Amino acid sequence: MSPVLAGFLQLLALIGVLALVYIPFGGYMARVYTSPKHLRAERWIYKGIGANPDAEMTWPAYLRGVLAFSAVSVLFLYLLQRFQGMLPGSFGFSSVSPAQSFNTAVSFVTNTNWQSYYGEQTMGHVVQTAGLAVQNFVSAAVGMAVAVALVRGFARSRTGELGNFWADLVRGTVRILLPVAAVAAVLLVAAGAIQNFSGIHEVGQFMGGSQQWNGGAVASQEAIKELGTNGGGYFNANSAHPFENPTALTNLLEIFLILVIPFCLTRTFGVLVGSVKQGYAILATMATIWVGFTLLMMAAEFSHHGPALQAAGGAMEGKETRFGVGGSAIFSVATTLTSTGAVDSFHSSFTGLGGGITMLGMMLGEIAPGGVGSGLYGMLIMAVIAVFIAGLMVGRTPEYLGKKIGGREMKLAACYILVTPTLVLVLTAASMALPTPPHSMLNPGAHGFSEVLYAFTSASNNNGSAFAGLNANTDWFNTMTGLAMLFGRFLPMVFVLALAGSLAGQRPVPATTGTLRTDKPLFTGLLVGAILIVTGLTYFPALALGPLAEGLA
Amino acid sequence: MNNSVTNTARLLWAGLRALLVLTVVTGVLYPLAVTGVAQALFPGRANGSEITSHGKVVGSSLIGQQGYSLKYFQPRPAAGLGTNSVNTRYKLVLSGATNLAADNPKLVKAVEDARAKVVKDNSVPGYTVRPAQVPADAVTSSGSGLDPAISPAYAELQVHRVAERNGLSVARVERLVKEHTQGRALGFVGEPQVNVLELNIALRDLTAGR
Repeated sequence: MSPVLAGFLQLLALIGVLALVYIPFGGYMARVYTSPKHLRAERWIYKGIGANPDAEMTWPAYLRGVLAFSAVSVLFLYLLQRFQGMLPGSFGFSSVSPAQSFNTAVSFVTNTNWQSYYGEQTMGHVVQTAGLAVQNFVSAAVGMAVAVALVRGFARSRTGELGNFWADLVRGTVRILLPVAAVAAVLLVAAGAIQNFSGIHEVGQFMGGSQQWNGGAVASQEAIKELGTNGGGYFNANSAHPFENPTALTNLLEIFLILVIPFCLTRTFGVLVGSVKQGYAILATMATIWVGFTLLMMAAEFSHHGPALQAAGGAMEGKETRFGVGGSAIFSVATTLTSTGAVDSFHSSFTGLGGGITMLGMMLGEIAPGGVGSGLYGMLIMAVIAVFIAGLMVGRTPEYLGKKIGGREMKLAACYILVTPTLVLVLTAASMALPTPPHSMLNPGAHGFSEVLYAFTSASNNNGSAFAGLNANTDWFNTMTGLAMLFGRFLPMVFVLALAGSLAGQRPVPATTGTLRTDKPLFTGLLVGAILIVTGLTYFPALALGPLAEGLA
Repeated sequence: MNNSVTNTARLLWAGLRALLVLTVVTGVLYPLAVTGVAQALFPGRANGSEITSHGKVVGSSLIGQQGYSLKYFQPRPAAGLGTNSVNTRYKLVLSGATNLAADNPKLVKAVEDARAKVVKDNSVPGYTVRPAQVPADAVTSSGSGLDPAISPAYAELQVHRVAERNGLSVARVERLVKEHTQGRALGFVGEPQVNVLELNIALRDLTAGR
C-alpha cells in the first residue's frame, strides 16, 4: 500500500468514527446543558462555590462570571509558577520568571497553550498536574459554556436569561470532559504513554552510560489536552514525543479527540434550537473546509517542494517515522483548524505551502470545526454575517433561526471578526518594525517573517502551535503574545454574549417564503464562501509575504 | 461605588472557590485515579516501557538513542535535541525538532552531509549504496529527536554493513530485519517501521550467542 493511500484511508476511518458518535454524543451534550437534575457530586461542587446553579443570568452577569473565573485562574496559575521553587513534588525545579509565568498563565487560561518554555526542564509535577492540566479542563468548559449561552440566545425569546455560568462550567467539566478524558487516558497508557509520579531518574542505554528522564502524569494530561483543544505539551516535542503519542493508532485517537467535541456540538446546537437540520448545515460547512484543507495539506506534503525536502527525497524533517507524512498531515490540519495547537510534527519544517495551510487554518478564526465551544460560536457569528450578506443581495432584513439580524447584531458580529486580524497584523508589523524582536527568528528570508506572523496568528486565535524556531522566550514576545491571547480570547466572548443577550430578548419572526433557508446546501455554500472571502481578503497580503513567497519560490 | 466593589469581591471569591474545587476534581482526583488504573493494568507501559537485556536496563523501546557504533543499526539524525538551559544540575533528555525551513541552506547542507555519510558508512566491498537509494528518514531529524524507529528501507540499506562488521551472513541479518519490521496497524494506520533499539538488542544476542 502506498503512503498516500494509507493517508486517505486514515482520513476516511476518522470520518467514519466521527460520524458514528455524532448523533449520540451531540445529543448527550444537549441533555447535559438542559437537564434540570444535578448530580450529587455537582451539588457538592456548587456548595463549595457557594452558587445557586438554578439562578438564571442575564448576559452581563454571565460575562462577569466568565471574566471573574478567568481572572482568578490567571492569577492562581501565575503564582503557582512563581512559587514553584518552594513547592514539593517539583523535582526541585526553580520558580519560573515573571514574564514567562504571565505568558504561560494567560496561555493556559485562554485555551491557547502557547509555550515559551521547555516542558521537561521547567515545570514540575504540581504545576503541570494541578495547574496547567486543570486549565485544560476548565478553559475548555468555559468555551463550551459561552457557546451554549449563544445557542440559548437563538433558542429563547423575549427573555434576558441565558442560563447559569457556574452550572454550565461544572457540567461541561464533570459530565463531558472528565469521563471522555479518563477513558482516553487509559487507552493512551495501554499503548505506551507514561503515567507515573516518579522523580528524575537515570535509565541505562544500549551503548553504556545513561539518560535522565522525568516521569509525570502524561497520559491524563495528554487526553484532556487534545479533548479540550488545548494543545500544551508535557514535553517540548508535544505530541511528537513518544511518551505523549506512542503509536500511529494513538495518533489517530488524538486527532479524534481534538475533533469530536467541536463537530458534535453542531448536533447539540441543532437539538437546542429545535432543528437538527440547522446543525447539519453548520456541520457541512465545517466538514467541507476541514476535508478540503486536509487534502490540500496531503498534496503539499507528499509532493515535498522545497530545496531541503527535495534533497532528502521526502518531507520527513520534523516528522516521526511511525506517523509518516499522511498521519502528520491529518494531525497538523486538525490542530490548526481547531484551537488546539498540539503538534505531532513540526510545522516550521513543512513545505512552504503546507506551513501556509496551517496558518490559514488559524486565520479562518478556527471555526472548522474550531475549538471546543469557540468553534461553534465563531461559526455562528460567520453565519450571522453570511445571512446579512445574503440579505443585502435580495434587499430583505436578514434573519437567522427566526431572529432578526439588525444593526445591533451586525455591529457585534463585525466587532467580533475584527478583533483577531487587528491583533495579528498590528503586532506582527510592530515586531518586524522594531529593532530587537526580529533577532528571535531562526530561519532567514520569508520563513523568518512567517515565524513571527505564525506566532501572533497562533496567539490571537488561541491556537498555541508555533513555527517553533522562533525564540519566543523574550520579554517582548512573552508580553505581546500574552496580551494577544488575552484580548483574542475575551473580547470576542464579550461580543458573543452581548449578541446572545440581544437575540434572546427578541420575539421570533415567523418564517415566510421569502426567508433564506439556512438548513440547505445553498446556505452552506454561501457560508463557506463568506468565510474564505472575509479571511482571504484580510490576510492575503501577509500570507503573500511569508508562506506564499516561500512556497512559490 | 461601594456596592460594586463588594459585588466584584464577592464574584472573585466565588471564582476562586470554583477554581479550587475544580482543581481538586481535575487536578488531583482525576490524575490520581488514572495513575492508579494505569499502574494496576499496565505498569510497564505507565513507567516508560523500559527494556532489559542481560539483566540490565538498556533504555525504553519508545525512546530512540544516539551513539550506536557502526557495528549496529543507526537511528535517524537528531539535530534538534535541546540542552538543559534551566535547572542545569540535571542533564535531562530534551526533546525537540530542528525547526529549520524547507528552503534553509543549513538544512539543505545537513541533508546532503547526512546522505554522503550514509552512503560512505554503508558501502562495503561488494555492495555500493547509490545516493538515490537513501530514504528520507535517514537524512532528516524527527519531530521529537527521539524517534525510536527507522523505515524498513533504511534498515535494509544497513544490512550489508552490519553483516560485515558482525561476521554474519547478509541473509541472516536480512531475516533479523524482517522479524523486527512492524507493518501498519490494522493494515493502513501509520507507516511500516523498524524499532532500532529492539533490533540492535536482537543483533547483540545473536552475535553473543555464537
